[in-house]
Amino acid sequence: MSQNEPTPQDDPVLTLIDGYAPPKGVADELLQANGQLRPVWQGFLQHLAAQSPEGRDAAFARGDQYLHDEGVYYRKYSAEGSVERDWPLSHIPVIIGANDWANLTAGIVQRAELLEKVMADLYGPATLIERGLLPPELVAQNPEWLRPLVGVTPPSGHHLHFIALELGRSPDGSWFVLGDRTQAPSGAGFALENRVAATRVFREALSDANVLRLAGFFRHFRDALLGLRTNGQGRVGILTPGQHTDTYFEHAYIASYLGFMLLECEDLSVIDGQLQVRTTDGSEPISVLWRRLDSRFADPLELDETSALGTPGMVSALRTGALNMVNCLGSGVLETRAMLAFLPKICEALMDAPLILPNIATWWCGQTKEQDYVRKNLERMLIGPALSTRLPFDMDTGTVLGGRAMDDQTGPVDDWLSRNGPQLVGQEAVSLSTTPAMVDGRLAPRPMVLRVYAARTPDGWTVMPGGYARIGATEDPTALAMQSGGSVADVWVVSDRPVKMDTLNAPPTGAFVRHQPGALPARAADNLFWLGRNVERAEAGVRLARAFHRRLDTFGPDALPLVESLRQYMEPRGLSPDQGMPDGLLDLFALARDNAGKVRDRFSQDGWNALKDLENTAKDFATRVQPGDDAASAMGVLLRKIGGFSGLVHENMFRSDGWRCLTIGRALERAQQITSLLEVFAAPEAPYGGYDVAVELGDSVMTHRRRYSVETNRNTVIDLMALDLDNPRSLVFQVQRIQDEEAKLAGEDAQRPADEAARLILQLRTDLAVAQPQDLTADRFAAIFQSLIQISDALTRRYFS
Amino acid sequence: MLYDITLRIIYRYATPAASARTILRMQPRQAPDQRMIQGLIDCNPVPFARRDRLDFYGNPLVEMAHQDALSEVEFKFKGRVERLIADRGLDLSGPWQGIGQEVAAVASLSPDAPHHFLGPSPRIPYEPAIAGFAQEVVQPDMSALDAARAVSNAIHDAFAFDAEATDVSTSPAEAFEARRGVCQDFTHVAIAALRSLGIPAGYVSGFLRTEPPEGQPRLEGADAMHAWVRAWCGKDAGWHEFDPTNAIDVAGDHVVVAYGRDYSDVAPVKGAMRSAGSHSTLQQVDMIPVEPVSAASDAAT
Repeated sequence: MSQNEPTPQDDPVLTLIDGYAPPKGVADELLQANGQLRPVWQGFLQHLAAQSPEGRDAAFARGDQYLHDEGVYYRKYSAEGSVERDWPLSHIPVIIGANDWANLTAGIVQRAELLEKVMADLYGPATLIERGLLPPELVAQNPEWLRPLVGVTPPSGHHLHFIALELGRSPDGSWFVLGDRTQAPSGAGFALENRVAATRVFREALSDANVLRLAGFFRHFRDALLGLRTNGQGRVGILTPGQHTDTYFEHAYIASYLGFMLLECEDLSVIDGQLQVRTTDGSEPISVLWRRLDSRFADPLELDETSALGTPGMVSALRTGALNMVNCLGSGVLETRAMLAFLPKICEALMDAPLILPNIATWWCGQTKEQDYVRKNLERMLIGPALSTRLPFDMDTGTVLGGRAMDDQTGPVDDWLSRNGPQLVGQEAVSLSTTPAMVDGRLAPRPMVLRVYAARTPDGWTVMPGGYARIGATEDPTALAMQSGGSVADVWVVSDRPVKMDTLNAPPTGAFVRHQPGALPARAADNLFWLGRNVERAEAGVRLARAFHRRLDTFGPDALPLVESLRQYMEPRGLSPDQGMPDGLLDLFALARDNAGKVRDRFSQDGWNALKDLENTAKDFATRVQPGDDAASAMGVLLRKIGGFSGLVHENMFRSDGWRCLTIGRALERAQQITSLLEVFAAPEAPYGGYDVAVELGDSVMTHRRRYSVETNRNTVIDLMALDLDNPRSLVFQVQRIQDEEAKLAGEDAQRPADEAARLILQLRTDLAVAQPQDLTADRFAAIFQSLIQISDALTRRYFS
Repeated sequence: MLYDITLRIIYRYATPAASARTILRMQPRQAPDQRMIQGLIDCNPVPFARRDRLDFYGNPLVEMAHQDALSEVEFKFKGRVERLIADRGLDLSGPWQGIGQEVAAVASLSPDAPHHFLGPSPRIPYEPAIAGFAQEVVQPDMSALDAARAVSNAIHDAFAFDAEATDVSTSPAEAFEARRGVCQDFTHVAIAALRSLGIPAGYVSGFLRTEPPEGQPRLEGADAMHAWVRAWCGKDAGWHEFDPTNAIDVAGDHVVVAYGRDYSDVAPVKGAMRSAGSHSTLQQVDMIPVEPVSAASDAAT
């Protein structure tokens, strides 16, 4: 029973929150201190209460399904490595009133301005040190303070353009900052996805509730990024560490949402002080880079020399003033825990005003008085490394919660403080507020932190009206991290006035402008090319395995020379004939998935799901499919799934340069597969049934039967499979396709001197045009195979590296 | 003393290296006891782009970029340097155990401020074994200057000079464990030891005169670039330099090229060549005293 008012059985809202009891001494988002429901929740709870348990489950499932289908994931790390996990959505949003939010916004903006001033000082005159406002060792021995950036002023005049703050609500209901996220804050894209998922779950509640929209924030930020380009020239890119980073999904999502290139360090080079991206069209200047990579790793030449991720010369590009970086390298120093001990006074000194939004009380133990205070109040202290940039509640091996570590051993913590004082900070172990989460069909209070975002625009800082909340899995406030089973929730800022619809697109005023076509980074092109090749190679392998297992089933293992020929053809291709699901095929599916994973921003979600499905099906088959008929029908299933993937790519994918690279990769691989097939199975000495195998593997059985109405012979097979321009499986068809798409990739300029790749393609196309079936001996096929390898190498040199 | 100095560093690549970017710290810096009369850094083949500037610590550096594939590249410094031998005078440093308070009193992030040279740096983490060694070497009543010298000399005594035992990436812990190495290892261990005592310590790269004055033994480390340690001995005493490879105080036979926290701050050539194959390096140093014709009059100007 609730400790509050008696519950009228006829009020469904009160029934819903019956038994909801926040821990004593903390603030709760849902209930006021007196146990009354906060008015901003009323409308939402009415919606929730009106749902049947089944209806609610179905609605929650819609949100989960959306996130799953969108491929929203995060990476979970363990001793065995990392795996992708579905995004853990806590379906109940956190609801905050617009007035409360407006006050918060003023504090966020002030803090953003303060952080900018601190950064400008630390990388400039360092007056904070000279005035005694910040101890020098916290800067000088801080691995995030990057000496090569000292004296570098960004051309925009600003170091910070996009920051996040991690907020908690204290027992008296006021907000405070747990940590400043200035390095490369993640999560803004997740906030967007949470909102879309919440829309699936609470469509009506959302539209009735006057929830402020997020799109305007992103539009302003996108326009601000475009405005940072030097003289309006150059491109805007988003720099990611790559697909193995825990927030890669978000990088790809934001890149495609905002329409900017997603880049990795290897795409970039610095030429004469200018950052350039290698594209299929040659090098293009990048003048704005939204960095999602930690500063230290950005340039192995001037920063961390052990970094395998960086671009040599990145710092140099900043120094010449030809690049605006969001945020400028070195911004991680502002995240230092110990900084929080000094920011309140720094704010008064630099802004002539106290902090509107205070931060978690922090004491640097390098000072005698502060260390004594921490020592005397151990039981309510989190003690951890002073230079750590982790949040206070991100418990790691170096952080102890004073009360817990103490138990009967006050001694060691005491010694620790005496020995390592300057390396430690104490932070007040504040109680976080709770917010409702649905636990076993009932609302239950769970601790919460809120991540909010601010972006710099030409008109000053703007704050995203929302954000994302991290919700603890239990009542333990140290279990907030998703790594330890927490979940995330959407944040609704609710106005008491109706809210206008908003999208990323600006209102249609002025003339329609088509954006500059996106350049295709060479690395992305290479991955698309290999995606095409690997999928096609897998398809050829599946056909081969099917042909083999069919005959194995019909004739037995030793009955026919043809079965032995197939066996010999498969083995060097990594396709073990003794496995129902050859390991070599699993490898190819994994490679294709990996290629696609590196270009998630350019690849449709449906295509991605189809690839994952393909890989998972193959893995499942590997556990149970037996050689023979079983394997033959399993291969049939895989072929249909590959066909589905191809259909998605060819029917739905925009005819961009990316599509062309994928298509060329496929055509090239198919040409190679046909060539080696004909070399072996259309040879005059091939065992009986070889011609049929060639036609079957080339998926041209029906056509052949209709066209020639005779038994297969060498000339009919080669005519159909090599020289027939109408057969989409023929060699010449592939070469024609490579020629067409390469020409488009190269541009419309017909006058261009044909480069190496184009010359080689034209040569092969011409040879095939004049060839007669009887000319194409096994030796000729071997020579054609070599030309195809040369074409692949030439294309790689021209476009993919 | 006046010296003519030549430094040549040559890289050869098994497969040509494409798009090289290089940072060179090969030219003697401004330092209290030396000045460069003239000097030049050259590269063959000529780079596509070049920019000369000072780094955070005030070391002159050259950034170079090559666009064509290189199978061999030569970097060369040639110059004349005057090395003054200052009279060190009295030991102005206080007891080493009080150095912490002196450090704390310096409210500055200037390149010479002691704060940069305490705590771990990229190549020198805190090493308990080296800290234990340092504790055994120093006496409680030593001045900071004597403590720094004692640590430097103790490393010389405990270590064998052995060019085969280590390479450029050997960690201080490994070199300490083996008690062998070259000037870079001696210097890294000395820095780790001094920092563990709370004495700010940094890395100095430089040159050592090739042939000793008559009647004196040839010093180790003269054939390539040399390295030694500098220690901050207090507000009044300031920075002092010691050569742990040769167990001497740094004086007229040494010329400073660069100051840093460890080797990573001062490496003569930092490069990012994109090459799949192996490479070989050749380094050659000559530091020849100029016959004393005009040294005195130069010094007077």
